[in-house]
Amino acid sequence: MANYTENELAKDLENQEYKFGFVTDIETEKVPSGLDEDIIRLISSKKNEPSWLLDYRLNAFETWKKMVEPEWAHVRYEKPKFQEITYYAAPKQTKKYESWEDVDPEMKETMTKLGISLEEQQRLTGVAVDFVMDSVSVATSFKEKLKELGIIFCSFSDAVQEHPDLVKKYMGTVVPTTDNFYAALNSAVFTDGSFCYIPKGVRCPMELSTYFRINAGGTGQFERTLVVADEGSYVSYLEGCTAPQRDENQLHAAVVELIALESAEIKYSTVQNWYPGDKEGKGGVFNFVTKRGICERNAKISWTQVETGSAVTWKYPSCILKGDHSVGEFYSVAVTNNYQQADTGTKMVHLGKNTKSTIISKGISAGKSQNSYRGLVQIHKNAQQARNFSQCDSLLMTDECGAHTFPYIECKNPTAKIEHEATTSKIGEDQLFYCMQRGISEEKAISLIVNGYCKEVLNQLPMEFAVEAQKLLAISLEGSVG
Amino acid sequence: MIKIKNLHANIEGKEILKGLDLEVNAGEVHAIMGPNGAGKSTLASILAGREEYEITAGSITFDGIDLLELSTEERAREGLFLAFQYPVEIPGVSNINFLRTALNEIREYKGQEPISAKDFMQMVRDKSALVELDSKLANRSVNEGFSGGEKKRNEIFQMAMLDPKLAILDETDSGLDIDALRIVANGVNKLKTPHNASIVITHYQRLLDYIVPDFVHVLYDGKIVKTGPKELALTLEEKGYDWIKESILS
Amino acid sequence: MQEVNTIHENKLDKLRESLSKTSIAFNKNLLVELGDFLENSDLPTTKQESWKYTRLTKLSNTTFSGFNEKSTLLAVHEKAYKIVFENGKLRSKEAFEGLNTLTELSSTQLSEIHASHEVFDALNLCYAEDGVFIEISKTLDRPIEILHLSNGNKINNLRHFIRLKSNTEANITMIFCSEKESKNFSNCVTEFHVEQGAHLSVTKIQIESGQDIHLSKEKVIQHRDSNFTLNTVTLDGLFVRNEVEVAVEGVYAETNLNGVYVANQQQFVDNHTTIDHKVAHCLSNELYKGVLFDKATGVFNGKVFVRKDAQKINAFQSNANIIMSQDASVNAKPELEIYADDVKCSHGSTTGQLDEEAVFYLRSRGLSDKAARNLLVSAFVGQVLEKIENTEILDFVYGKLNERFGWEY
Repeated sequence: MANYTENELAKDLENQEYKFGFVTDIETEKVPSGLDEDIIRLISSKKNEPSWLLDYRLNAFETWKKMVEPEWAHVRYEKPKFQEITYYAAPKQTKKYESWEDVDPEMKETMTKLGISLEEQQRLTGVAVDFVMDSVSVATSFKEKLKELGIIFCSFSDAVQEHPDLVKKYMGTVVPTTDNFYAALNSAVFTDGSFCYIPKGVRCPMELSTYFRINAGGTGQFERTLVVADEGSYVSYLEGCTAPQRDENQLHAAVVELIALESAEIKYSTVQNWYPGDKEGKGGVFNFVTKRGICERNAKISWTQVETGSAVTWKYPSCILKGDHSVGEFYSVAVTNNYQQADTGTKMVHLGKNTKSTIISKGISAGKSQNSYRGLVQIHKNAQQARNFSQCDSLLMTDECGAHTFPYIECKNPTAKIEHEATTSKIGEDQLFYCMQRGISEEKAISLIVNGYCKEVLNQLPMEFAVEAQKLLAISLEGSVG
Repeated sequence: MIKIKNLHANIEGKEILKGLDLEVNAGEVHAIMGPNGAGKSTLASILAGREEYEITAGSITFDGIDLLELSTEERAREGLFLAFQYPVEIPGVSNINFLRTALNEIREYKGQEPISAKDFMQMVRDKSALVELDSKLANRSVNEGFSGGEKKRNEIFQMAMLDPKLAILDETDSGLDIDALRIVANGVNKLKTPHNASIVITHYQRLLDYIVPDFVHVLYDGKIVKTGPKELALTLEEKGYDWIKESILS
Repeated sequence: MQEVNTIHENKLDKLRESLSKTSIAFNKNLLVELGDFLENSDLPTTKQESWKYTRLTKLSNTTFSGFNEKSTLLAVHEKAYKIVFENGKLRSKEAFEGLNTLTELSSTQLSEIHASHEVFDALNLCYAEDGVFIEISKTLDRPIEILHLSNGNKINNLRHFIRLKSNTEANITMIFCSEKESKNFSNCVTEFHVEQGAHLSVTKIQIESGQDIHLSKEKVIQHRDSNFTLNTVTLDGLFVRNEVEVAVEGVYAETNLNGVYVANQQQFVDNHTTIDHKVAHCLSNELYKGVLFDKATGVFNGKVFVRKDAQKINAFQSNANIIMSQDASVNAKPELEIYADDVKCSHGSTTGQLDEEAVFYLRSRGLSDKAARNLLVSAFVGQVLEKIENTEILDFVYGKLNERFGWEY
């Protein structure tokens, strides 16, 4: 973070509009819009899937048809018209890329614009990247190197073909198809995503990273991520998201499942910057995501998220602390501006003994946005000595926005200890004045103070992500002072 | 350098300054003393550009520029520095990052290139030694968890880094023990050049043992009621502010 | 089997069957409107957010029949103006200026009384038996005590209306108690109007029998410069739910809500509070503490709203719970909904057990394990009880705690 200078920030600030709003002019193959059994069969056959997976999808579809869209979140939006969405869109060139040179130049261009030039990343950072555009994974780098360690990191579709046993064993074990409306929808129509398996005792030597991008118009993105960390292994996983500027609302309904077996550790970081809609609140991505991880004995799952994008966010990365001595962490920064709405938080379900969870949530509301923290801490009867600490702070930038805190605390064990604190306040006038007296402009002072306010969370991110997140915060809050 | 003429100011409808005049030239140190509620801190706040105060009459020129037309940060960039009576804590923002941002904003305003990381760090080392500030503090969040003395030293350290034309020290001695007072005063004295000036606002005389003023002004009921050489401070200490009140009334 | 249930068993209808319609001269249109509402309603279920942790099966499974005459009078207050209700009917009252009971008043005088479309509020009004109508226009020389006695197996719908005119003060104690063997359902609604500059302090003490069901609602409207304090002390009862709704409509008002709940055996105690800051420059403080023994369950839901443009609000809310046994549980939901920016709001919630270090420390000084724990627990709730200004009431509460849990103060 230290090598990110103020000048770079200034340069970024000049480009205050959503800079990922371009559309890649690439030929796309789509299935007809709408959703019925035939579409699901079509998707499944396009992907050459085994019959158990088709059955899984159809089953989920049956479940979904019986479900109603949830309305309990503190958000208002026009519900997506599920029959008008295209459930499968893929860059047309579907053959496998043998090497980086084979990748479509337009596609490479897109990645470069996103700041994730694979060449650069490969050379400089040693981050292995999987790139998912619209529904299909288009490039996975570093595959060979990871293979030597027995690590599997590939697109979900490839995993289905090449490692069906692993997929079949773990898929849907953390987020069952019946879990909720969007998870059921995803289970029926998911098109691709990432899969990762870290074998016993292996410490993944590099950050694994997936970039998600919605490109085609009128499409939804329904990807699935499945990360399995076998006993005693470690992996740090990064996820980035962008989408073009479009007047319509695009739906993103992903499912992420993390499985940390005994003594394994998974660190999952997200910088979510889906298109948030314009200043009048037109367009933008609906981000309705189900993320959950399960920890076996001594395992640890840590979720870190920086949420600056999307018109509507509905997202609760959660941990089921099943094994004794397992640990769950949730670090979140959620920024909303203009007409954005976010209802986000976490669930920490303590089942095992001596389980620990930490929740640090920083919400920043600007413009006319609404920003809610919603979290559940649940201590079950047998969770002896369970511990939770939650800190939820909200910062208000204008008198037209809202900041809300909805924690649910349920305790059924007398040896557990739960502490929850929340504060809501305005950005400190004294702090602003102090910075300005030292010659710092108001805009920059806000960016400084907000970054400081979020530091506990930003510190959890891997270096290169932290820099990106810091820039994003500044850009998201441009012109936000009331 | 700074000329204040017939300054009248209100806060929430209450008049605090009632026709204040003051002129400070380069190379000078002015002390402003006065009883509680006389308007000392109001003056400091107005010079720095706090918006709660309403200027109802008068003018302030700073090297020929109308100061009242400038925003807080523009005043800072023009070289006006306020050492706060109560320095503000900014959690999560490191002192270093804070100062570097400030310094570069000022340099940009003056059309200069940003300072290199190497030069900046050298400067931090040099200047922090000036106020005997532990370099570890430079990496901590701005003023967060600092002791009273550390906060005040940090103010002088920032002053050294930003190299202002005019420094206003608002009750910098309050809450300092004698050693800290000496260190702070020492720092201020070392920063003194023929091209800059300071206004030292204080309630007590003891700071003036260390920072020797060229002029002492007594602020009472919103006006400068008496101006004299440094000895005036001693008389005040001895006779108290009641003496001033009486001399005004009579 | 279940289908049959859903078609035929409206649990609210079953409750209403045992009740007779109110004879109080409420507005006729209001009665019709609320009657229609009840006709189309049923008891709330845990699917409703505000009843998420509160199951009404204990209520719907009980059949209410009648009551026994004459309960033992409680002596709490020597000095107070006493108003005693027994099994929903007025038993005695000590007159003072501004005191009436609902049954004595005409429909014009009652025109201000309203109920919302909430099942228990509407039920209370439609079947109200009586209640006080107090208008304080001059500060009284003595505190007021409203004693609710019940004895038997009956539903009591009492409805109170209390108004403090500008710049008056009042200290009111509301006590709910019942005979040991009784199995009542008390559904009590009180409206408080605190006008400009008035100070109202209310202490509510719930010591009903271990088989009684109690639902109560306090609806408070505060005007500018007013000060309202409510201390809720729940020491007994099988199932207790207190709903407090404070609408702060005038600037510079102060609101204090304090609560203590100590529950054992199968007790269920639920405190639902809402403070709605509609205007600027107000202060609210909330402090609720609970101790749960045996198989008891505690619920706390505190909501603070700060409406748009209600700037300069300071709102603090704190909830702390101690779970004393393996089978006890706590559900807490402290919420903030803020739509103005220049505010300072915070909430904190803790759930845990006694500090074993402190227990050990006390034992090392010679206290028995039990005495050490009692001392610590009593100190834990004592911090809230201290807020009861009326020392007679405080002594009464201490006495009850001593009787029930052996705590010494």
